[in-house]
Order: sequence, then C-alpha cells, then structure tokens
Amino acid sequence: MADLTPIATGRNLRFLAGGRALVADASLDLLPGTTTILIGPNGAGKSTLLKLMTGELKPAGGEVLLDGASLHAIPAWRLACQRAVMAQHARLAFPFTVYEVARLGVDGVGRALPRQRREAVVGECLAAAGVIELASRNYQTLSGGEQQRVQFARVLCQLEAGQSVSARQALFLDEPIASLDLCHQLALLDMARTIAARGVAVLVVLHDINLALTYADKLVVMDRGQIVAQGEPSATLDDALLQNVFKVDLSLSRAPAAGLPFLLPQQHRPSAA
Amino acid sequence: MTLAARPAGAMTATALASFAASRRRQAVIAVAGLTLLCLLLTIVAIGQGAFAIAPGRVAEILGTRLFGDAAELQGRDALVVLNIRLPRVLLGLLVGAALAVSGALMQGLFRNPLADPGLVGVSAGAGLAAAATIVLGDRLLAGMAMKLPFAALPFGAFCGGLISTLTLYLIATRQGRTSVATMLLAGVALGALAGALTGLLAFLSDDRQLRDLTFWSMGSLGGASWTKLFVIAPIVLPLLLAVPLLARGLNGLMLGEAEAYHLGIPVQRIKALAIVLVAISVGASVAAAGVIGFVGIVVPHLIRLAIGPDHRLLLPLSALGGATLLVAADIVARMIVAPAELPIGIVTAALGAPFFLWLLLRRASTLDG
Repeated sequence: MADLTPIATGRNLRFLAGGRALVADASLDLLPGTTTILIGPNGAGKSTLLKLMTGELKPAGGEVLLDGASLHAIPAWRLACQRAVMAQHARLAFPFTVYEVARLGVDGVGRALPRQRREAVVGECLAAAGVIELASRNYQTLSGGEQQRVQFARVLCQLEAGQSVSARQALFLDEPIASLDLCHQLALLDMARTIAARGVAVLVVLHDINLALTYADKLVVMDRGQIVAQGEPSATLDDALLQNVFKVDLSLSRAPAAGLPFLLPQQHRPSAA
Repeated sequence: MTLAARPAGAMTATALASFAASRRRQAVIAVAGLTLLCLLLTIVAIGQGAFAIAPGRVAEILGTRLFGDAAELQGRDALVVLNIRLPRVLLGLLVGAALAVSGALMQGLFRNPLADPGLVGVSAGAGLAAAATIVLGDRLLAGMAMKLPFAALPFGAFCGGLISTLTLYLIATRQGRTSVATMLLAGVALGALAGALTGLLAFLSDDRQLRDLTFWSMGSLGGASWTKLFVIAPIVLPLLLAVPLLARGLNGLMLGEAEAYHLGIPVQRIKALAIVLVAISVGASVAAAGVIGFVGIVVPHLIRLAIGPDHRLLLPLSALGGATLLVAADIVARMIVAPAELPIGIVTAALGAPFFLWLLLRRASTLDG
C-alpha cells in the first residue's frame, strides 16, 4: 500500500440536536487498508459521528472530505461508488427476497456492468456474507441476525460494483454485529478486515470492547461527543480510560499469545449502592 | 480477485442462477397473461350493451379501423363501436392504469402497502377541486357568457390532488419516517373535510350541477367521449411512460431514506416526482371519471403476490392490471342492472373494501411501522 493519504477525513466536526452538542469538535482520518473501530458508552455520539462521516447528517461546523473533495459537493451516485454504509437496522415494507435486497447494492452503482457480471457480484457477496442459502427467502421472514447479514451482503455488493468507478473506497458499519451469534460476529468482522486488506478504509462502531481490541488497527474512543483517545488499540485503552469513560471497575489483562489486552466482566463486583 | 471467504459451491451458484431465471420467467408469464386478458376483456366490453355485437365482429371492426380501409366501415355496428363504445373502454383502460400506478407509487413513497389515493383522501381532494371548478367556475364564467372548457377540470383536480398529497406527506412523515397510523387517520380527516366541502358545494349548486357532482362522487365512465379522451390521454400517457424512471429509486427507498441516499439515489427528487405524478394521474382520472376507489390498492397488491415487489416490474404491470380491472368492473357495472348502469365506483368499492379488510387482518403488524 504505497498511498497512505486518508480516504475520508472529518475535520472539527460539530453536530447539535435540541441545543446539545452530540458531536463536538471531532477530527478523524480513515486510512486505506485500515480498520478503525469506534467505541464509547451509550450516547457518546458514535453513530452521529459515523452519520456525519457518511454524509447522512450535515455538520453544524467542520467538514468531511472524501478523497480530498468536500463530501457534500460530490454527486450522490458518485458518492455511492466511493463509500457503502450499513445502518443499525433496516426494515422492509414489502416482501423482497434476499436476492433482491442484495441486488439493490448493484442496481444503481453497477448499472454500467453487464447483467451477467451484476448477477455474479450478487452471488459472490451473498456467499461471502454466508447468506447464499437464504437467497430465495422473503427478507421479512428472516430473524434479526439473518437480516443483518443480508444487509451486509448488500453493502458488499455496492463496494464491489463501485470499484469499477472508484478504487479508493470506504466502508461504514454501524453496530453490524448487534444481533449476530458469536460465530457470525467473528465471520463478519473477519470479512471487514479482508475488505480493509484490499485497500478499503473501514470504520466500525462496536460495543464489545474485546472484539474491538481484537479487530481494530486503530481504536477511537468517544465520550460525550468528543474523541477522548485514538491510536493503536493496546496503546489507546487503559484502566483509567475504562474507569472514566465506561464507568466500569474492570482492569485490562493480557492474552498470553498475541499480547492483546482483554477484559473479563467476571471481575466486576456489584457496587454497594 | 474474489470476495468469497468460503467460495460459493458450484451447486449454490447454479441454484442462484436458476432462481433468477425462474423469477424472470414468472414475470414474462405475468406480462403475457395480463396483456391477453386485457385485450380479451376490451373486446368483450366493446361488444357488450343494449346493442350487442359479437366479439369477432368487434375485432374485425377494430382491425379494419387500424390496418384496413376505414371507408369500408359502414353500418350501425361500426358506428356504435367506434363512436360510443371505444372511447368509453379506452377511457376505462387509461383511468384504471393511472389509478393503479398512482396506488403503487404512493405505496412506494409511503413505504406501506396500505396507501391508496382513494383511501387517504387524495381522490377526495381532487374531487373537491373538480366540484369547485364546476360550481364556482360556472358561476364566474356565467357573468362573462362563456362555457367552462373541459380542460379546466383536470387542472383543477390536479391542484386538489397535489394539495392533499402534499398535506398528507407533511403530516405523516417526520424525519424521513412515515407513521402509517398517522397517514391513514390524516387521510380520513382530509377525506371527511373534502367530503364536507363538496357537500357544501352541492348545497350551492343548481340541478344540472348537482347531477354532475353526484357523478363525481361515485365515479362513472358514462360521460366518455373522444373529446374527453383527447384531453386526458396527453396528460396520462406520458406520465405512464415516465413512471419506469422512478422504479430503481423507489426500490432503494424501500430500505429507508438514509439507505437510499447511501445507495446514490436522489431521494428528494424521487419523492417530489412521485408526489407530482400521483397528483397528476389522480387529478386527470378524477376529472375524467370521478372518484373510483380501491383500484390503487387491489391491483399493486395482487401483482406483488404474483411477481414480487420489484418496482421495475410492479409499475408497468400495475398499469396493465389496473386497466384490466377497470374494464372488467365496467362490464359488471353495465351488466347487473342492464339496461341501466351502476356507477363504477360502487363496483370497485364492493370489490375493494372487503379486500382491504382482508389485507388489514392478514398484515395487522404493518400498521405499527
């Protein structure tokens, strides 16, 4: 990876809602080939920051650059070739099949591709997300976890189809594993890293600190709308941060093999109050 | 480069391809079947009436008119077919297609299968505006010794439809999310308000206007003529042709507005276009045939059951299905109480209202969206 200029940059981002700053002065670089994981307590502004970075929300102050250009100046279809987004939960009003939901990812972005290629992309991505067996099922009848994996397949389709237009891409995942079982949590995060290895800048909002420590190339910790720490995972998170930001009386341990830090919730003692 | 972490086995890849192929086959069958049914019903509808004409003769007359020497067309049956029955059936096809497509558009826009221009007061708003155009327009123009041009009606009805669609959308949608309960209740309120104002206009109107108003409120193809058709067709036909442009955008919108934006869909433009198209098509059809309910909810739903909710097929097939349904309803309306005829709105309501109730029972959960 020769070119390490950031694919997406947020500069001094600010977002207000109801007179409260949900994101205050946050700056973030997303580098190609890097998995950035955003953690923080509830209401820290993680999803808001992600939405600012994707262009879904307009910042009250600061700006977002995608590949050097101001995000809101990029036409929507071009933007869709440069970045894909998986939101927290997507419900569908009509009985689309899993195949059709995944195909939404290539319908717009990949319209220049021949039909065979589009169908092949959908097949590959359904397989990669582990949902190809569900292809003919009605999306509405799937479990929450299965729906989440189908949405992931759709996002993969969009990235794959957009690649012919823009080689520098970003992937945004907002709590992508919230309703998955452990096996699929690991599979999805593995997949996210595989995509990053291709040179995509990946930003993931996660709640599970252990998974965040395991999968992040770069860890970003948010609290009350501000980024309070960011950097290489084992250097970023420490016991003081856990106490102050996450309000837990736990301390980090080191896994014997890789030397990665981890947390044991079993250490927790209910407070006297 | 391949994405597959665990590669798709040859089996699943073939299965997927055959699944996609079978969906396409279904679509072809649906298109062919509906087209055939529509043609058959059209010919039956033209032949049916006090002066019955055999379907074979109807086809012959139409064929001669289209491809042969029109001068050969003498005789009473040709006159009846070309001057009386044909405009009526064509108007039915056009209005049915417009209503079904506007139903499908609204359902896509509101992301809910229960939206329908008749049900949520859009038709009532268009009807009110048409009534106002008749009663007040007549009064204004009477002073100037002019007759109200028919083209004023579709325009008035369009404005009424646009105002009610916009009002409804503003009330029911907050921050990109549509509350279905709010939408239906606001629709009831809008419909009631439009109904009350139409009633007030009826109170103010004279006998001739009163007959016209009754016609608006129940719907009828009885007033069909070539003149009417020539006013309505240039409005509705381009619109039906434009609708496929919205299909991909509406498909993306099914995921939600934010997701559609992420997919590169110009969400605001698609929404504005859908609202205007609904208002135009409902306005034009109300002006031509009065308020005909339930076509917009029954047809798209049946099409979805048959071939799935992909708008690229749903929209054109809804047009075809709506045209077929309205011509069928017109046959029924002229048959039950022959030689008199029922207002066609009564027939579609008798068909559609139980269907709507069934839909509610089956999908009670869609109300909680």
